[in-house]
Amino acid sequence: MILFEVFLNGLLLGGMYGLIALGLNLQYGIARILNLSFGEFFVGGAFVAFFTIMLWKLNPFLSVFVSIPIAFALSWLIYQFMMIPLIRRAPDQDALDADAVLVTFGLFFVFQGLALVYWSGDLRGYTYLSVPVHIFGATIALNRLVAFLGAVALALALYGVLRYTRVGAALRAITIDPVAAGLVGIDVKKHSALVFAAGGALAATAGMLVSTFVSFSATSGVEYTLKALIVVIMAGVGRVTGTLAAGILLGVVEALGGYLIDPSLTLAINFGLFMLILLVRPTGLFTRA
Amino acid sequence: MPDIIDKNRTTLAIFAAAAVILALLPGITSGYLISFLLLMFANVALATAWSFFSGATRYISLATAAFFGIGIYTLAITHVYIPVGFALLAAAAIGFLVAVIVGLSTLRLRGVYFVVFTFGLTELVHQVINTWEIKINRTATRYIFSDVSNVTIYYVLLAVALITVVGSWYVSQSRLGYALRAIGEDETVARHTGINTTWVKVLCFALSASAMALVGAVLALRYPYIDASIAFNNSWSFQVLIAALLGGVSRYWGPMIGAIPLVLLSEFLAGTFPHHFSIALGLCFIVIVYFIPGGLAPLIERYWQRLRDRVRARLAVAA
Repeated sequence: MILFEVFLNGLLLGGMYGLIALGLNLQYGIARILNLSFGEFFVGGAFVAFFTIMLWKLNPFLSVFVSIPIAFALSWLIYQFMMIPLIRRAPDQDALDADAVLVTFGLFFVFQGLALVYWSGDLRGYTYLSVPVHIFGATIALNRLVAFLGAVALALALYGVLRYTRVGAALRAITIDPVAAGLVGIDVKKHSALVFAAGGALAATAGMLVSTFVSFSATSGVEYTLKALIVVIMAGVGRVTGTLAAGILLGVVEALGGYLIDPSLTLAINFGLFMLILLVRPTGLFTRA
Repeated sequence: MPDIIDKNRTTLAIFAAAAVILALLPGITSGYLISFLLLMFANVALATAWSFFSGATRYISLATAAFFGIGIYTLAITHVYIPVGFALLAAAAIGFLVAVIVGLSTLRLRGVYFVVFTFGLTELVHQVINTWEIKINRTATRYIFSDVSNVTIYYVLLAVALITVVGSWYVSQSRLGYALRAIGEDETVARHTGINTTWVKVLCFALSASAMALVGAVLALRYPYIDASIAFNNSWSFQVLIAALLGGVSRYWGPMIGAIPLVLLSEFLAGTFPHHFSIALGLCFIVIVYFIPGGLAPLIERYWQRLRDRVRARLAVAA
């Protein structure tokens, strides 16, 4: 029974990983920019939610009305003014990756430094919807369940947009071949900028959802960037549909591994899984060989 | 080609003069300058070792802290059983061995995958050692009982820095160096021209890692105690990476030049304003990519050449 509860908690946490990774996969898979400052947007969303409930005494879910526009606009500006010059001068994707990694690492340091200066490095957390819920005899916290449902709803909405709308079709075309997409009249830069911005907004939303049940600090960002990256590589770069499933898989493996082996080794277990996938199936689990 | 000999002679003279001055320094100066300079040598050695592999092959490694930390731990564990000199050699050897194992399994990853993998490697080793220490040894810290003076450490690190810079120059002129650069240009082409790319990559990765482990082991002699978060501090990886890129990885002396401003910055900012140091580090990354993508070394070389031409022209006019 305890094992089932551990599994369930892993599943719920994995949904969060899936949602975070979804944002990163939009940025890396479609806009072709590996953004290593991604986790800072997540932390930003978490902090805004924290201030919303602690300072302004409001429902933390309302914080998205502040954090989503900011994250969206900031990501859009980063893409428009910092990434497009890099894309212009890069001869190939490898060179672009190297430049983007360095610049976004720089942004990561700047954002994290600013967060540390203004918000300090203290661990933050608050209680919200911390009520036990019973499912099939197992007990879980309501906030985890709500966050998970939110993640699934967002993932489905995103999938719907990509699958059934005109913009979605354009984005899928860009994922497959940006040059050819440009040739058939799709404005690749505009769409990429929008999708990059949407990825940042998704990170902030995930930060808000996760902050309802996990404590965080100004330095938490990098951990989520890494986990998101692991999930993206597990799912396959640009494979938006598999991302949520890969996130859930990571969450379950992490929870079960932490319970059965040692809770302090969760990161090691994550990377064990990551390395295994890199070595065995470097193109991702959900890609056709 | 007298010009090349002439150029090398100047470089050699500068190197020899600098080495002699630095070697005589402990006799005449204060303790603070010594401990500042030895940190400088450590960073020069690390940045040069990093650039030796990652600069030439363009495999951007963030595993510097992992090998550095392995060196620290090797020294901390072995120095109570064997003489310090042997402990240092053991650190270099273990760094080499670990890098061979890691290299064989992962150097087929390219680009972003390799960056993320090496970053994760540091975290992985950090967590595993931390858990091991707490579970098996029942304590997170290890004490270091060393009576090695700062001046001795200064000389050892000066020697290590010199060996890495000269070694890096020597290899860059050799067949191995050409093979490394060929891999950096185009790995598939390199393989087709008959270069055993796996062997070259693993050997150079391991050489670079053993230098990092050695520097870690020497610096560990200055710590009263260590734990996993001191040994595997990621900021070493970033600082070394920026130093190398700032100086420029296309010249063997580039990383050395880049390490100087970075150590100054960290010395005056990191202690009192650690968060501002992180911001400054981030801005460095961005400035390098947008404004000096080749690093400072090619710029310095160009100015030096222009200066020399001007002086020669003057002399010619005077004659």
